[in-house]
Amino acid sequence: MLKYCSVMIMPAVFVLIISYGYANRVDVFNAFLDGAKSGLKTLFGILPALVGLMAAISMFRASGALQFLTGLLSPFTNHVGIPSEIMPLALLRPVSGSGSLALVNDLFKTAGPDSLAGRIASVIMGSTETTFYTLAVYYGSVNIRRTRHTLPAALLADLTGILAGTLICLLFYH
Amino acid sequence: MMGYIWGGMIITAFFFSFLTGNIETVAQSALTGAENAVEMAMGLLGMMCFWSGLLEIAKRAGLTEKLAKCIRPLTKLLFPKLNPDSPAVTAMVMNMTANFLGLSNAATPLGLAAMTELDKINSKKHIASDEMCMFVVINTASITLIPTTVITLRAAAGSADPFGIIVPVWICSILALTVGVITAKILSKGKGRRL
Repeated sequence: MLKYCSVMIMPAVFVLIISYGYANRVDVFNAFLDGAKSGLKTLFGILPALVGLMAAISMFRASGALQFLTGLLSPFTNHVGIPSEIMPLALLRPVSGSGSLALVNDLFKTAGPDSLAGRIASVIMGSTETTFYTLAVYYGSVNIRRTRHTLPAALLADLTGILAGTLICLLFYH
Repeated sequence: MMGYIWGGMIITAFFFSFLTGNIETVAQSALTGAENAVEMAMGLLGMMCFWSGLLEIAKRAGLTEKLAKCIRPLTKLLFPKLNPDSPAVTAMVMNMTANFLGLSNAATPLGLAAMTELDKINSKKHIASDEMCMFVVINTASITLIPTTVITLRAAAGSADPFGIIVPVWICSILALTVGVITAKILSKGKGRRL
């Protein structure tokens, strides 16, 4: 049921958007082409960051440092039930969007996208944001120096997303 | 901050490889890592273009404005002190809608416009108002209709069930958002006046 719903959503949204476009007399194909062009630009924009980060992450993993780090964290993760491979992602997610994307891709390569860790990583990646970056951009733009309770509330939300993601995947796929 | 993490990873890897004695694999992995990044970007390219194209249709058809109307009642709950027709609220609603549709390129300028409006009505400069805190917390939680990047990445990595994560992602982001909003509400009541 969960699987069926999830598969249905994407094509249904496609049809909905296109029909809505027709109903409002939008030149749908031209709009599509313009949008696709901007998607192309976005992706090439993040490519340099991805190259730098993927290289650093695979070096970090090949050297055994990543294993050492997850080993250090494993007493804590075992206690909560989070697979230890997830911890680096949980730590990096609020700091860097392209960095965590690179970590998720690395995890897909090593553990597989349908493994428990791969699924948890997917859910975390989809349900959280790059908190520190958002704070810096939004508050920086209006020169706010004291952000008061923004960071604690945002990080608590991130933690909720990470724990809930782990729990749901454990429930459904374990 | 990312500068330190990035450099730190490479430097740590270098010294760690002496301990574990696999300097050669580490050297090799720099090359494969960079190669994987390009491979990953190529895997994302098709879907990224396709989805951005569809979103452009939605934008031109006025879907953003339509959805914005639907979430307006929520703003009274989130920002009780603001007039729902004020430019600040309008900009915030448009930003949230764009985020929901996954229009991140459009969401950021709208969000910054909302921050400028909020700053105009902020009585203490350089200190975030309750509304700003709430708005930024909402922006750091990601409520997205379809998490396309993750789905595409999963498909490119050979997943048998790339879409299977959509519903779990919805549940988790709603939970995260709820916790964020409630925390922001509680904390703003606690010390809002003193700070």
